[in-house]
Amino acid sequence: MTLLTLESVTRSVELPGGEQLDILRGVDLTVNVGDHVSIVGRSGSGKSTLLNLLGLLDTPTSGRILFDDEPLASLSGSRRDRKRGRDIGFIFQQFNLLAGRTALENAMTPLLYATGKQFWNRTRIASEMLDRVGLGHRMQSMPDKLSGGEQQRVAIARALVRGPRLILADEPTGALDIETGASVMALLDEVAEQSGAALITITHDANVAALARRHFRLDRGVLAPVDVNRVLALAMPESTP
Amino acid sequence: MTSTEIQPSRRRSGRPPREPRREPRGWASALVGAVIEAWDELRIHRTRVLLSLIGVGVAVCALTSVVGIGAIAQQAQIEQLERGSGRPASLIVGAPYNIATGTQADPQQYEAALRTAVDRYSITYSGSVTWIQQAIQFRDGVSIAESAQAVDVDYGVMHRVEVDQGRWFIDRDELRLAPAIVVNVAFWQRLGSPDLRTNPTVTLVGAQDVTAIVIGVTPEPPYPEGPRMYILNSAVAGLQTPEQIAQNFPQFEMWVPPAMADELTGLVRRDISAAFGEGWQVDVNRQDYLSWEGGGDPIGPIRMVLAGISVLILVLGALSLVNISLVTVRQRIREIGIRRSFGATASRVFFAVMMESVVATLVAGFAGVVIAVAIVQNPWVRSVVASGLTDVPPFPIEAAVIGLGAATAVGALAGLLPALVAVRVKVIDAIRY
Repeated sequence: MTLLTLESVTRSVELPGGEQLDILRGVDLTVNVGDHVSIVGRSGSGKSTLLNLLGLLDTPTSGRILFDDEPLASLSGSRRDRKRGRDIGFIFQQFNLLAGRTALENAMTPLLYATGKQFWNRTRIASEMLDRVGLGHRMQSMPDKLSGGEQQRVAIARALVRGPRLILADEPTGALDIETGASVMALLDEVAEQSGAALITITHDANVAALARRHFRLDRGVLAPVDVNRVLALAMPESTP
Repeated sequence: MTSTEIQPSRRRSGRPPREPRREPRGWASALVGAVIEAWDELRIHRTRVLLSLIGVGVAVCALTSVVGIGAIAQQAQIEQLERGSGRPASLIVGAPYNIATGTQADPQQYEAALRTAVDRYSITYSGSVTWIQQAIQFRDGVSIAESAQAVDVDYGVMHRVEVDQGRWFIDRDELRLAPAIVVNVAFWQRLGSPDLRTNPTVTLVGAQDVTAIVIGVTPEPPYPEGPRMYILNSAVAGLQTPEQIAQNFPQFEMWVPPAMADELTGLVRRDISAAFGEGWQVDVNRQDYLSWEGGGDPIGPIRMVLAGISVLILVLGALSLVNISLVTVRQRIREIGIRRSFGATASRVFFAVMMESVVATLVAGFAGVVIAVAIVQNPWVRSVVASGLTDVPPFPIEAAVIGLGAATAVGALAGLLPALVAVRVKVIDAIRY
């Protein structure tokens, strides 16, 4: 069952000199329910722009994006916001936890925008999710008292509390050491699997990308499928692209 | 493969696909959520919020205090005016006179006509007032009273006469052989400040000296005054010669409902004129402060000045709040972006930022109102603003409502600009901020 479709999507911006910069060129991508897709690419290849489009944070210059076979262009801004809150969970490289709030309060944040039982039971839901990511004993800790790995676990719990159907992970291990990154990715993969959500990991780390089932490479705005071995080969220091 | 030993996932296979969900729009959860969000923000940044709200709290306190003290001062002023001119509506009936000859009416006939009118229109409080000249034998010699008024029992109610010691006249005092008098503090002190329970007496010097009993002492006014006294009209006959009595010019007062004042003025004038026949005229006029030109709010100008100062303080407080809020919102751009990424709509962000401002100023306003109540209800403040109040007004509710309303309005206005800034935040840029 198709969850998200990008059809000939382009995104360009106008430079101060009036020149047009094409960031994404004719991107086609289909993500199914429960899928795990990785997108690798160098800095400046358009990864973040693609993430913003996938996360309904931005609109394409041309082409179509369909979510549940519904063109996003037909949705108003507020409906798109609500859909994003309901169906998409974000995990950022820098965790982006809210300062001054406990791990529990951070995990509850998306539930403040939910309705019905999700809203009224937000404390219980967030507590259960933190417990699930192994932070049941750190619920009242402030972000600055948590290690990098723990912070990213809180971020994962926060991304999952509303039961999203799509998880977008932007360099999820970028701010972590290798071992912590590995355990965080294993956790992310596991909880995404258990919740049945599709997972799109955007990274420049080939090892993280290799965890996915389908792999893509973004190069100068062009998205193309790539073999997992090729992805891993890219990670070898002696390898050449 | 690196040392992290990450293995490609092959586990995603058999889980059934999830159907898209449709959530009902929950206005209650949206409202509660926005309030929680606003409150959390205030709680976390309480020091900044507290500092930024001091100005608003002080302004609201000032505004509420001005309104509250103004109401008390107004009541005090009104009571003061009512002591002099009578309570609204007080009609004063002059002695009838013949238009052609200028002669005045026979006092007995005049009084009979007045009593008929009072009975006819069921006027509860009425009476005549005569200013007399009265010499008094004090311990240190004879002095003329600064003021001596011959009144009826109803005068005390009609003119809000307060008695600090003893009491005002009652009907039975008319039967006394030794007349009762109510005096002021200066009079009482000249007598040696006697205990009223000992029924102190004083000699009223006149055609024949009369011993009077002091039954009450009025409160000391804030200004100096000489000896003053009240005596019942019925007792004046024993003090004065018939010639003196004939020269008295009593004025008759009636306390009537303000709504009926105009109608009764005409009716009483007509009735008394009719009692004397053609060619006789009588003047009936209102004398209470409400009938004076521009007398509606005797302390209006002072109140306007104080309110103006308070509004100015409020505006300055609001400006500083706007300033701090704008800076704060710019510091919170990243947080706003994160919230947007989790589904906060632009309207929700706008509402939350507005709510923060409104909730904060409402709390500050509440604190300001509580302090204002404490100030206004303080006995010392009350004694300074309005000593000798008969009807002590409670803290005026309108003052609290105005204070809280002003705080809310300031919060909404101060929140508007930051809220607009917050809505214009570009989510993508904000997250990278």
